[in-house]
Amino acid sequence: MASKKRAVYLVDGLRTPFLKALARPNPLSAADLAIAAAGPLLARQSFEPEAIEEVIVGCVGPAADEANIARIIALRLGCGHAVPAWTVQRNCASGLQALDSAAAHIMNGDVDLVLAGGTECMSRTPLLYQNALLEWLADFRMSKGFSNRCKSMLKFRLRYLAPVVALLKGLSDSVVNLSMGQTAENLAYQYNISREEMDAFSVQSHQRASAALQEGHLAEITPLFDWHGQVVGSDNGVRENSSVDKLATLKPAFDKPFGRVTAGNSSQITDGAAFLILASESAVKQYDLPVLGRIVDTAWVGLDPTVMGLGPVYAIQKLLSEQKLSLEDIDYWEINEAFATQVLACLKELETGESPLGKIPLDRLNVDGGAIAIGHPVGASGARLVLHLLDILKRNGAKRGVASLCIGGGQGGAMLIERVSGVT
Amino acid sequence: MDAGINQHWRCERDGDNIVWLTLDKKKTSTNTINMEVLEELLTILQSFQSGSQPLGLVIQSAKKNGFIAGADIEQFKTIETHDAAFNLIRQGQLVFNHLAELSFPTVALIHGFCLGGGLELALACRYRITIDDPKTKLGLPEVTLGIHPGWGGTIRLPRLIGGLKAMDLIVSGRIITAKSAYKMGVVDAVVAKRQSLLAVRHYLKNSPKERTLNFVEQISNWSISRRLLGRWIEKKLAAKVNRAHYPAPYIALEHWIEQGVENDAAFMVEAKSITQLMLSETVRNMVRVFDLKDTLKGLGREVSFNPRYVHVIGAGVMGGDIAAWCALKGFYVTLQDKNEKAIANSLSRALALFTKHLKEPHLIMAAKDRLIPDVLGNGVRRAELIIEAVVEKVEIKAAVFAVLAKEARKDALLATNTSTIPLKELSLDLDVQRRLIGLHFFNPVAKMPLVEVITGDETEPSFVDQGMAFVRLIEKLPLPVKSSPGFLVNRILMPYLMESIVLLESGIPDYAIDQAALDFGMPMGPIELADTVGLDVCLYAGESLSRYFGGSIPQKLRTLVEQGHLGRKTGQGFYQYKAGKIIKPKADPNFRVPEDVIDRLILSMINEAVACLREKIVSSPDLLDAGMIFGTGFPPFRGGPMHYVLEQGESLLLQRLNLLAQRHGKRFLADSGWASLAAS
Repeated sequence: MASKKRAVYLVDGLRTPFLKALARPNPLSAADLAIAAAGPLLARQSFEPEAIEEVIVGCVGPAADEANIARIIALRLGCGHAVPAWTVQRNCASGLQALDSAAAHIMNGDVDLVLAGGTECMSRTPLLYQNALLEWLADFRMSKGFSNRCKSMLKFRLRYLAPVVALLKGLSDSVVNLSMGQTAENLAYQYNISREEMDAFSVQSHQRASAALQEGHLAEITPLFDWHGQVVGSDNGVRENSSVDKLATLKPAFDKPFGRVTAGNSSQITDGAAFLILASESAVKQYDLPVLGRIVDTAWVGLDPTVMGLGPVYAIQKLLSEQKLSLEDIDYWEINEAFATQVLACLKELETGESPLGKIPLDRLNVDGGAIAIGHPVGASGARLVLHLLDILKRNGAKRGVASLCIGGGQGGAMLIERVSGVT
Repeated sequence: MDAGINQHWRCERDGDNIVWLTLDKKKTSTNTINMEVLEELLTILQSFQSGSQPLGLVIQSAKKNGFIAGADIEQFKTIETHDAAFNLIRQGQLVFNHLAELSFPTVALIHGFCLGGGLELALACRYRITIDDPKTKLGLPEVTLGIHPGWGGTIRLPRLIGGLKAMDLIVSGRIITAKSAYKMGVVDAVVAKRQSLLAVRHYLKNSPKERTLNFVEQISNWSISRRLLGRWIEKKLAAKVNRAHYPAPYIALEHWIEQGVENDAAFMVEAKSITQLMLSETVRNMVRVFDLKDTLKGLGREVSFNPRYVHVIGAGVMGGDIAAWCALKGFYVTLQDKNEKAIANSLSRALALFTKHLKEPHLIMAAKDRLIPDVLGNGVRRAELIIEAVVEKVEIKAAVFAVLAKEARKDALLATNTSTIPLKELSLDLDVQRRLIGLHFFNPVAKMPLVEVITGDETEPSFVDQGMAFVRLIEKLPLPVKSSPGFLVNRILMPYLMESIVLLESGIPDYAIDQAALDFGMPMGPIELADTVGLDVCLYAGESLSRYFGGSIPQKLRTLVEQGHLGRKTGQGFYQYKAGKIIKPKADPNFRVPEDVIDRLILSMINEAVACLREKIVSSPDLLDAGMIFGTGFPPFRGGPMHYVLEQGESLLLQRLNLLAQRHGKRFLADSGWASLAAS
């Protein structure tokens, strides 16, 4: 069956630096971030923006004025009125979903050239009014006459004014009533992963990320300009001098006071966007495009939401079994670092779990650091992993790589990419 | 209705008994008002007295670009006698008064520009409805031609919105958008085009109450407040406009103060005074400038060059501002600079520019999306036009063009924004030279209308044409210039700036030199101008020009640059500046300026202009005048340096120049071009 599908080529990609969300909202919105990445990306292509046949964007929390953000982005990029665009939302793997959806359309022969990726502006997630306040307001508006109004007025409670932090709601699972951090605590408990192990893994992430920057392995980043005179050239959450001792001082962030998961060994709340161009063989030939690699296959799985962090385990198992590959056939791995303990738990489960596949060597996993150092703008991360994996494969002369993410709500996704030097 | 007789107006009565009067002036794409248009309108209006009365009347335009652009300047130019001028004015007033006095409701339905006489016509209607579009522009810009409104505008506008706001519009000649016109009360409604017919019917059928003045507006027209406000407006005006050169706004203001707005005799006063102005030399020259502008605007009109992608190299003040301007005008622009911070600063200036010009958030966003920062220079490969604006060093510019020779599209138009370097010094590659032009923008890009389009020795004419067409597309004025050091504008300006510093060295105070130039009509004195341009830039330009044309650089300029006093940007140049604002020294009341100071300044410039004509840097004295007016602000009312020569008499100026040469040295030796000037 796979032979009938057309090949999908990855021809180019760019991302913004990932910006740690500080107390203040980013001056750039999710759509602005997407333009900052995809604008320069399109500007260096041999084809006009109108040649793009579809735009697919992953975004978990677009702003109120960014409904179907993909269409907004497509129009703002000058792709023209005729190019359809749609937004995908699969929480932490939205960016990967966008690539998978794009790939599927190319495989099917529906389109030949697609712009896909993800964007997220987590620093702009809004504060919301409580339902209680809205109820009170509705009652107040409907009450007629002076005395009724006064009565309504008296029913007002100051606590109604306390805002709802949308970001916290978004990072919680309402079905099992756990925050994402608490699902990570579950894994730490289940796999007996110590605070020290998590912190050491986190320090390594920071060290690898800063080494990658120094060695010039981040050509995928295009500088981000804020239009107010500031420019950021690289991921600003990376701490070169992070250490286990420093991380040890942090307090647990989710299960207070005894938990092990801290802000320091979790992924950072971050803004950013990453975009890739996907092409069929005919588009590669028509526009004489360089080929960085191809998307071979993607696997998606569901699992118990209380241990959503194990998603990559089952996704990788499914992907490899479908492709009839073993762990050793994969040269490099990118497993999104939602939490240090979650990646460590995945490794343990893959090695010694119910249906073990083997050991992923640490020098083949997240070799340039991960979301703990770089950050995890939920809509964009999946696209970043694939974009960066292409660079890792190229510079190591390697062939296959897998990018995988755990997904809040209890899912996992994994994509197999293969480096090829041209269309076959 | 005898629709057949009318040449310019179309008159139709619809089923609702509404008369639609559409101006579609013959043989032109723009509606303007001349005697024929007025007379036809009068005949139509008079016909309503006998026939059956319509329910209402709509006046609109059939032209795409707007309602009415104003009075017909062509007709204006043919008027030579006092009587003819007075007739035209009174006829306009008569027709508009007739319109205003119709017993049924009237609506002006306005799209695009509605200026001068066009707005005066609209003001004579009972209601004004404007289409909500950024292209809708209203105003009474008569003062920019040296006159004031003459068809009742100076009376009807203050009647409608009060003297304070009305006089601001009239004395400044400011153009406003539909939305601000609505806020000010000039128009009754701003509606989307899709609602315009419904809106017209509403006003004509229901005849709602006309706008009334609010209390403040009413007070502003009282006799006593007119006097107080008038003095205040005059004071503000005097800070910007020299009465000796441009009396029109002062006169309009005085009429309002003296006559008020109730008295119909004010119309006669308006008519008499504009008649006086119309025949003055100032207005003749201003009309000439208007024509020169039209000439430049028309250059490159027939060339079909419509690029989508522009690449700008160098995000300094010039490069960044050129990129921003091009993005503002609808082009996709990649802005290249290795220095990210330079790009960041350019973008923040660009945002200010977009905000000021576009106002609407979605339009600002679109302009931002078109301006793409490009640290690596990726945009080179797809650009149809590449503008180089890196530092003024031959080696650095040459290196840029060496890269472009390899990476740019083979059909791309290549341009340099050099202000002094001849094109042939920038590239040895013949294919580059063939496509290379100069696009010399002036600083600040957003304010200066002129762009010198420079032809190199090897440039193919088709690429020069593309350059002209592009300048037109970005709504600037292209001036075709031959490649020669300094090109036209800077070359002529430089002797004037240098002479001002020589004067300073000879002991004449800076403010006195600047005042002499201001009195002549220059927009800024030369000393302050040098400070504003930057003394390092002046020194560099002066040195590179003196290499070609001789002449010496005043020591004072060198000293200041060596000390790091570079002018306005460093807070200290010839003058001192505080937060960018000049601190003018106190004038010495006993100091008497030598009488030849202004000649030394202006004749330096004119002598160089004569040399440029002799060398055929530009092809005609008119183009030279246009360049100096739009490139340096040479007083428009003087019509340009060569026109000044014509007016003053060439032999008289030559005598004065020879006198200067005797007194002050050979830098004033008359150029050999004067001889052929005398012959022509």
